[in-house]
Amino acid sequence: MKFSSKNIVLGCMVMFLFLQACNKKSESDLKDKPISDLSVYNLPSKWTSQNGENLEMKDLKGKVLVMVMIYTSCKSACPRLVADMRNIEQRLPENIKENVKLVLVSIDPAVDTPKRLKAFAIENKMEGNQWLFLRSSEENTREFAAVLAVNYKKISPLDFSHSNIISVFNADGELAYQQEGLGVNSDETIKKITEEAEKLN
Amino acid sequence: MLKSRIVELSFLLLIATSLWSQNAPMVSIKRGAYVPLYGTTDKKPVEIAAFEMDVYPVTNAQFVTFLKKYPAYTRSKMKGVFADKSYLSHWQSDYDYGKNNLSTAPVTNVSWFAAKKYCECQGKRLPTMDEWEYVAMADEKRIDARTKEDFNKYIMSWYEKPKTYANPIGQTYKNYWGVYDMHGLVWEWTADFNSIFLSGESRKDKDTDKNLFCGSGSVNASDLMNYAAFMRYAFRGSLKARYTTKNLGFRCADDKKQQLNLSQISKK
Repeated sequence: MKFSSKNIVLGCMVMFLFLQACNKKSESDLKDKPISDLSVYNLPSKWTSQNGENLEMKDLKGKVLVMVMIYTSCKSACPRLVADMRNIEQRLPENIKENVKLVLVSIDPAVDTPKRLKAFAIENKMEGNQWLFLRSSEENTREFAAVLAVNYKKISPLDFSHSNIISVFNADGELAYQQEGLGVNSDETIKKITEEAEKLN
Repeated sequence: MLKSRIVELSFLLLIATSLWSQNAPMVSIKRGAYVPLYGTTDKKPVEIAAFEMDVYPVTNAQFVTFLKKYPAYTRSKMKGVFADKSYLSHWQSDYDYGKNNLSTAPVTNVSWFAAKKYCECQGKRLPTMDEWEYVAMADEKRIDARTKEDFNKYIMSWYEKPKTYANPIGQTYKNYWGVYDMHGLVWEWTADFNSIFLSGESRKDKDTDKNLFCGSGSVNASDLMNYAAFMRYAFRGSLKARYTTKNLGFRCADDKKQQLNLSQISKK
């Protein structure tokens, strides 16, 4: 049994064939127009916040959203992701802070109850109105991750592998920017948030 | 007498049409455990609970029926966030798969969102990756044929065959469970396709799994068994939920027994 190079070439072709999809984004300054085609507000899923409030993504319409997926029992990557989020929040210009919502979505809804999310928020000094923690069903979470291109997998009862991506959505709910990796320079992310949020002033 | 005969006949007809249009044939998959190529860090077997699986992938004709009920998923109305530009692009129009595509060919160029919605509307769901792989490791005779040389050769030879997606469903072999076309027709979406971590794509700093992908890994995995499966995981790892491609279709699964009782039929 041998690998033919033909197989391998074919394999590579199969993988690259699917990178053709492009993300064209149509910018808009208007707040009250109908939900656009590429908007995350098209998602029908229902979510619960750290304060036990129920909401849909479209309830967040009109704010620039900075989103990340985490789980509260995580010991390795998430604390750094959370630190990155806090760092981004601190560096935002004062005049746009009102227009920005920072959203942490749990990939472990079984463990991350609203109560637990609330405790996590307090523990991490993320209690202001600008912070929103969300959880939903496992299926809705999987779907939301699909929209964010976040991959995750449960690898043990308490642990997940997950992509470290911070996503910026404009006020129309369209993906504007993604920061990938841990502890990376957030300048570009902050610039993009500011750019989008200034449009709302 | 005649009247009761008519009632009886129409009743049978009702069952027949109900079976035909609403319930794509499914088979029961018994519970079990196996070690997938990818997904367990400690090489422990994954437990699979009993479930049901569609015998065939979803066809063009079945997908038209779905679109007529859910026009929001037609080519012209589909939201960009849920599917890219090539969504159903090989079809003639919104509700017409055209002369070049068989009614019994698997529907392809569908995004994960569309596949997921289709299954939900049948009261089903997409199979998980572990479930799909569990069913896919069976050949005609045994539950796990992964170490059989012929079996792997068959899969690999399909990888090299062009345009199998244009073929009708049900032409490949029937496996141990009674399921067709797991290999040899199209690649298929799974519910949790986005649970794979590949170092091959551009994303940095995310956990990678050495079980699956490390420079020498795929070559060292001298057995074809791993190579054949590796291709599937690598393919899934390259996908995003809104991507659509010509050779990617889907089938549905369900965790509960499909019950066909009178009350259900009369509701329809």
